[in-house]
Amino acid sequence: MNPAVLIASVYVFALAAFLGYQVISRVPPLLHTPLMSATNAISGISLIGSLVLAGAVHYPLGAHILGFVAVTTATINVVGGFGITDRMLKMFGKRKSESKEAAK
Amino acid sequence: MSLTSYFMEATYLVASILFILSLRMMSHPETARRGMFLAEGGMFAAIVGTLVGTHIVTWVWIIAGLTLGSIIGAWMAISVPMTAMPQRTALSHAFGALAAALVGIGEFIVHANEMGAVTRGALGFEVMLGALTTTGSLIAAGKLQGVIAGKPVQFRGQNAINLLIALAMISSFILFWIHPETVVAFYTMLGLAFVFGVMLVIPIGSADMPVVMSLLNSYAGLAAAATGFVLGNNVLIIAGTLDGFSGFILSVLMCKAMNRSITNVLFGGFGAVIAEASHTNAGGVMREISLDDAAMQLAFANRVVFVPGYGLATAQAQHACRELGELLEGRGVTVKYAIHPVAGRMPGHMNVLLAEANVPYSSLYEMEQINPEFPSTDVAVVIGANDVVNPDARDNPKSLIAGMPILEVDRAKSVIVLKRGQGRGFSGLENPLFFKPCTTMLYGDAKSSLSHLAQAVQHV
Repeated sequence: MNPAVLIASVYVFALAAFLGYQVISRVPPLLHTPLMSATNAISGISLIGSLVLAGAVHYPLGAHILGFVAVTTATINVVGGFGITDRMLKMFGKRKSESKEAAK
Repeated sequence: MSLTSYFMEATYLVASILFILSLRMMSHPETARRGMFLAEGGMFAAIVGTLVGTHIVTWVWIIAGLTLGSIIGAWMAISVPMTAMPQRTALSHAFGALAAALVGIGEFIVHANEMGAVTRGALGFEVMLGALTTTGSLIAAGKLQGVIAGKPVQFRGQNAINLLIALAMISSFILFWIHPETVVAFYTMLGLAFVFGVMLVIPIGSADMPVVMSLLNSYAGLAAAATGFVLGNNVLIIAGTLDGFSGFILSVLMCKAMNRSITNVLFGGFGAVIAEASHTNAGGVMREISLDDAAMQLAFANRVVFVPGYGLATAQAQHACRELGELLEGRGVTVKYAIHPVAGRMPGHMNVLLAEANVPYSSLYEMEQINPEFPSTDVAVVIGANDVVNPDARDNPKSLIAGMPILEVDRAKSVIVLKRGQGRGFSGLENPLFFKPCTTMLYGDAKSSLSHLAQAVQHV
């Protein structure tokens, strides 16, 4: 990694940390469980690193196999994480729309 | 740069923006779900971008991994009950961290000799954090699921041994960093990190799980961010950092809600001190109440506050609780639910359980909101909660939980405590609330007690 890339990466890290603090502080305690499973699913983005390992050119078989396991676990997180977050958030939205209909 | 590479970078940028927007929309339950669709779109774009933009030659492993992962993930998403959410989340921290660690190991195998010092440092962090989070989270999941005993595992010299392991791990890291050709150093570091993860979590009791869960969340995120540094990939850095900081913020909030420091949770060994600590002078008699009397009290109250704790989750009593609440509301009683930040086994656990039982979120109140209302509350119903309503935390400076903010149910006009038996809570502390003249006890399984109460209320 050359210095210019490193400095850019550190910038990205610092800004993401700052932004993350601002954004996540606003999430009410009500939604802390969905928040945790959502950020978990989002950090399943390490899937894209695993994809390269599992299938890129000139990589030895051992790397492909490690990549395969990583792709599997990361995909579990992405699919399972988003799925379960949606299930939870649906529950939080559900009741209000029902009572609105009842009011009509 | 080729055209496909530009396309790939563009999808990463789009994904980063969508991730941030989606978390921004998490700030309200009405927008949160739509926000998640954005994040899903971002994820999909990034995956397609990667597959188009990198030179993939072997599709077999990729397709196999994606398929297997999707099947297991979808099965988990559909089948896991809300009461098991803490275990599932702990398991997903383990999976995420393992993926990061494996990518790190793969990078080591392929590129070890051509890496610069900075990349090597990031790689070391990635693999260490990833490995220790994997085993730590597995232990946490095992404790939450009840496969491993929830009691803290402690022995003499534990902190010294842990310190030794940590030092050995960091020494191997430094050795690997200076001499990248020493393969042994790398794998020693990896092995020690796996062991260290186990050692870190076994001394921690079930009641401290909300903090541990948040910390592991943070580590898993930071491991993903380190992966981003190794691969020089910005979307990984951004997503990992967001995850890491979210976990960190939650850890701080959970610690505040227990009035303890993170070091105290990690190295304090809460359970062990209890045996020696003098039990408070909260003696006296617990008064039992009959179902009918309790139902009468509730039915003729103006304001009722339910205080759910982990006991509600273990008894799966959230639906019975909501039914009783609705019956009371039908009689014109104002019903509210008071949620302590560390009630349950992970941040926000109680809210999810009550939402599952169709309790509208507008009836769920945070500690700061509800505490001023207790003096005007006729009946506070404590369901399987103990330490979070222990007035000793406020009144007795010698108490082990002194200073922990509590739900002040003891200020209500009367309190009904639903409890399985006369035993103490998870921390093993005596709770003076149970001996107050305004408090009555209703023993039995929370679920059957609540549904019997509901029947009795109908007949009042």
